[in-house]
Amino acid sequence: MNEFDFEGYTCPVPIRPTETVILGHGSGGTLSRDLLRRLFLPDLGTAAPRSLDDSAVVEMNGARFALTTDSHVVSPLFFPGGDIGRLAICGTVNDLAMVGARPIALTCGFVLEEGLPFETLQRVVASMQDAAKEAGVYIAAGDTKVVQKGGADKLFINTSGMGAIADGVNISGANAKEGDVVIASGTIGDHGIAVLSAREDLGFETALESDVAPLNHLIEAMLAAGEIHVLRDPTRGGLATSLVEISEQSNVTIEIEEEKLPYKPAVKAACEMLGFDPLFVANEGKLVAFVKGDDAEMVLSAMKRAKYGEDAAIIGRVIGTGKSQVRLKTAIGGTRLVDMLPGEMLPRIC
Amino acid sequence: MKYLDEYRNPEKVKALLREIASITTQNWVIMEICGGQTHAFLHHGLDAMLPPQIELVHGPGCPVCVTPLEQIDKAIAIASRPDVIFTSYGDMLRVPGSTQDLFSVRAKGGDVRVVYSPLDAVGLAEANPDKEVVFFAIGFETTAPANAMAVLQAKNKNIKNFSVITSHVRVPPAMEAILGSKSNRVQAFLAAGHVCAVMGFHEYPSIAEKYHVPIVVTGFEPIDLLNGMVSAIKQLEAGESIAENQYQRAVKFGGNESAQNTIRSVFQSVDRKWRGIGVIPQSGWGLSPDFADFDAEIKFDVGDILTQESPLCIAGEILQGLKKPTGCPAFGKECTPQTPLGAPMVSAEGACAAYYKYHREVTHE
Repeated sequence: MNEFDFEGYTCPVPIRPTETVILGHGSGGTLSRDLLRRLFLPDLGTAAPRSLDDSAVVEMNGARFALTTDSHVVSPLFFPGGDIGRLAICGTVNDLAMVGARPIALTCGFVLEEGLPFETLQRVVASMQDAAKEAGVYIAAGDTKVVQKGGADKLFINTSGMGAIADGVNISGANAKEGDVVIASGTIGDHGIAVLSAREDLGFETALESDVAPLNHLIEAMLAAGEIHVLRDPTRGGLATSLVEISEQSNVTIEIEEEKLPYKPAVKAACEMLGFDPLFVANEGKLVAFVKGDDAEMVLSAMKRAKYGEDAAIIGRVIGTGKSQVRLKTAIGGTRLVDMLPGEMLPRIC
Repeated sequence: MKYLDEYRNPEKVKALLREIASITTQNWVIMEICGGQTHAFLHHGLDAMLPPQIELVHGPGCPVCVTPLEQIDKAIAIASRPDVIFTSYGDMLRVPGSTQDLFSVRAKGGDVRVVYSPLDAVGLAEANPDKEVVFFAIGFETTAPANAMAVLQAKNKNIKNFSVITSHVRVPPAMEAILGSKSNRVQAFLAAGHVCAVMGFHEYPSIAEKYHVPIVVTGFEPIDLLNGMVSAIKQLEAGESIAENQYQRAVKFGGNESAQNTIRSVFQSVDRKWRGIGVIPQSGWGLSPDFADFDAEIKFDVGDILTQESPLCIAGEILQGLKKPTGCPAFGKECTPQTPLGAPMVSAEGACAAYYKYHREVTHE
């Protein structure tokens, strides 16, 4: 064989900043963060403090309220364990609850594509009603728009919500402290793999169900049991992205332990097969809590007694301040970084 | 999880690490040829647990990384056509072409879809007779059988609106190119187990002998990798150089003959350009003349695509194991997964992406 001269090899030019929005901007990872920081916050983030928590906290006449909004564009509309309607209600309820607020009322806006069967809409609305009842919130206002065929993918829902924050409750991604214990409320990645499986018809032998659920009652039980510093529901971008966000907001080093992370075997198997990291997979009925070290066991016990907290587990702790980093102790005793998802999560080639 | 947990047993890992430490008496440079192995080392934090005398270098076994820019630009040109449904495995969509990537094509209105199997692309062609469905058929010996099967299926079903852009590459010629280079530092190889599961390792004994280099066929779990390391280091320390199989549960000497026959019925051996390495003779598979009707490059006449390279990226040196990702001045600065200068930072199997994801700032006590 000839000897190869490897000198002078060059690689392609950098990707230029995209001229258009790409799907990765909605992944909840670093592209989403860049969009927020470079475009939305400079132009729109004026009135409320830029806490970048799941809800904004606004004060009025000495009382504190939580305010949030969320849009839902999931495909397919119905998936094992849930549907877009339940997702819309639970997502907004959870965003309110993650700053320690008691959800009071929601609004919902529908964007309907011409040709959507009434039966589909009816099922979605009934599901929303059930979820609102379970969460104990009411839907106070709404709006409907219909777009031409092709102008939307069947049905989009926006929900906004308002909640009240009790005196003494102070929860934010910026409040993590050294010594805090990190608790996950249950198995990770169920929603993302269930939806992917339904959307792509992957035909897994084990039926996976989404975990979509309202977590406000679970959080009430946690607040009664101990001092909670941070709450976050790891939706798009998964647990990894939430932990990285919290480490940056609080400027702390978080260490989690691979062996303590709760996964359903079917989720773990699906991720192995597809080349996904379950830490990046979306959840819709799970939370991660940073709890004062001394209170951790009490909070964990309260969670295990509550609905949607039965599989709660301590997964790590805050080990230092002054450096925002998330580290993972691997099951075999190594250590590596955990980072945000850069763009869309993509199945590997081989 | 059966077939996984037993290969991630912490006690067995510790025992193997102790064995490696006890048998290593001098510095050795060992290349894991496959990007999946690179990621496994870093994902489990295994690289930092090895003795300091062992230097792991990362090979060109990332199918996305070594797909030439020209092929990506051709794919982008075809995917931009209004009459085309362009299909690919996910990783390929983010790889930068000269001016954009396939995700950007989709954002501008191109019908670009992720598929999990090339047979899904054939199904799309059947379901969309008014469209041309193109599949980006890249990868090593692992993906070639399924891609060949897709072309065969399309031919058997007389599907006229399906075609592929092929950029298949083979591992053994790349190993020889690295070993034959004047700048080679590799003293032993961990060969890619899944490639050998298809092709066997009958080509490896002669390479091991010719270049005096141990080659150990290795799997992807921590214990697989460490068993491979033990075998390689034992050989190095003893001055031996043979091809060994440490992945016997998946690999036979002759490989999977049925899969090989499928490959040979559709593809023929061709010279192939590797991104980062250059043209390696007879290192790839292209469609044989019998299947020219399924060649997207002919169908869409994209032979005169011009590519534009930059001098900033050292991906070539990374892919040959001459430098580590952290040895690149642009690593983590100009070059990140959001703004990749080269494919090794883009692909899920790329060495630079693995270092960025798992290893950027971790300090190991």
